[in-house]
Amino acid sequence: MSVLIDKFDVFAGGFWLTLQICVLAAIGALILGAVVAVLRISPVPPLRAVGTAYVNVFRNMPLTVVMFFAAFGLPALGSNADFLRVPVLDSLFSRLGTDLPYFRFALIALVLYTAAFVCEALRSGVNAVPPGQAEAARSLGLTFGQNLRHVVLPQSWKASVVPLGSVIIAMIKNSALIGFFGVVGDLSQTADQLTSAEGYAFIPVAIGISIGYLIMTVPLGALLDRLEKRQAVAR
Amino acid sequence: MATGEPLIVLDKVNKWFGPLHVLDDVSLSVGKGEVVVVIGPSGSGKSTLCRTINRLEPINHGTITFDGRPLPAEGRALAKLRSEVGMVFQSFNLFAHKTILENVTLGPVKVRKEKPAAARERGLALLDRVGIANQADKYPAQLSGGQQQRAAIARALAMQPKAMLFDEPTSALDPEMVGEVLDVMTSLASEGMTMVVVTHEMGFARHAANRVIFMADGQLVEDAPPTEFFANPRSERARDFLSKILTH
Repeated sequence: MSVLIDKFDVFAGGFWLTLQICVLAAIGALILGAVVAVLRISPVPPLRAVGTAYVNVFRNMPLTVVMFFAAFGLPALGSNADFLRVPVLDSLFSRLGTDLPYFRFALIALVLYTAAFVCEALRSGVNAVPPGQAEAARSLGLTFGQNLRHVVLPQSWKASVVPLGSVIIAMIKNSALIGFFGVVGDLSQTADQLTSAEGYAFIPVAIGISIGYLIMTVPLGALLDRLEKRQAVAR
Repeated sequence: MATGEPLIVLDKVNKWFGPLHVLDDVSLSVGKGEVVVVIGPSGSGKSTLCRTINRLEPINHGTITFDGRPLPAEGRALAKLRSEVGMVFQSFNLFAHKTILENVTLGPVKVRKEKPAAARERGLALLDRVGIANQADKYPAQLSGGQQQRAAIARALAMQPKAMLFDEPTSALDPEMVGEVLDVMTSLASEGMTMVVVTHEMGFARHAANRVIFMADGQLVEDAPPTEFFANPRSERARDFLSKILTH
């Protein structure tokens, strides 16, 4: 088990990189997922069709395949995903701005894939609001956007929190794939590095990276439980 | 209670739910200031009829005109029309996450862009009018059914509507709370509000309605003043319906 102490800096570096991509992907997926959810419940049929098509594609494709498309498809189209080199963000998240584009490709794949699940979690919350609420809002003359903002979403949040949390936790675990698509130095790829290249025993290393993931996921789960309890009291 | 020019006009309205013909060639005209009570057995299409007037239920054929203009398609114009037609539901549908006063002021502030202070003042006056001013800061779940329904009426009135639609407003209430809601509705009717009321309250139909509409199987079977309808229904279907509900 000495590897945990000897190579602590390697584990810590892997943890930091995984945390970075997860924070960015979570923000991206929440925003994109919210947009797709609004499309899916919109009263305009073509917008609904776009939202539904999005969810059908990205929810039903393996993440590995989405990663392949991002890592090989984007370069084939001549893109290095340079639009993600956002000036202030890339000083905080250093890999965003590097010349090697694989961190950005992996981020795009994680966001696209996770957004489909975020959309469905948000939508299940919206569906949990009794239809009479939206109907009363419509009969007062509220527009679709006002209805969402003032009546439906404030009430749907309560039912969305738990499934949304599960989606983000799943996303953190899914991020373990990025090491296979050119991203060097995340938590999972660290295991590969330490065992195959440096010859450490596998089990202690696996325990080390497990602890790394649990440090991210367990507190998130606990936070969600607290949020859920607080919302329950507020009713 | 003058029955002046028509405010709500339905012309040969047809609607299907799948194979079910819920509205079968319904034509109806409601004048300004008129109180029309719609009665009939359950499943006769009376609630659907009420909900088509502000297009909560779209129709398949025919035309509906409100205040001289045909109902617009979904969008801003329809939202504006809905703001001029108050609606009261069987299940109240008060916004569960807002206080009673917030329920009443949401429409005026967000739809009519009134100043919050002015909307608040008028909201309190309306709550006072329906007798629940002391409940203004409570949440809907803390009120009795009768109080909730009166709050819902105040919420609709806050938009200063040209007409009010009531979709079985007392059907979900305990019997002892029916009276307080009907009192509010009766006073509205006597003040000249145009009202379409779907109800099973025959007492209300008798003393507050200008006309009674009897519906069965999606068709408008009778349209008569209440005294005439209750004393002397013309159709067999209406006679049958009345004999069933009035013998107990």
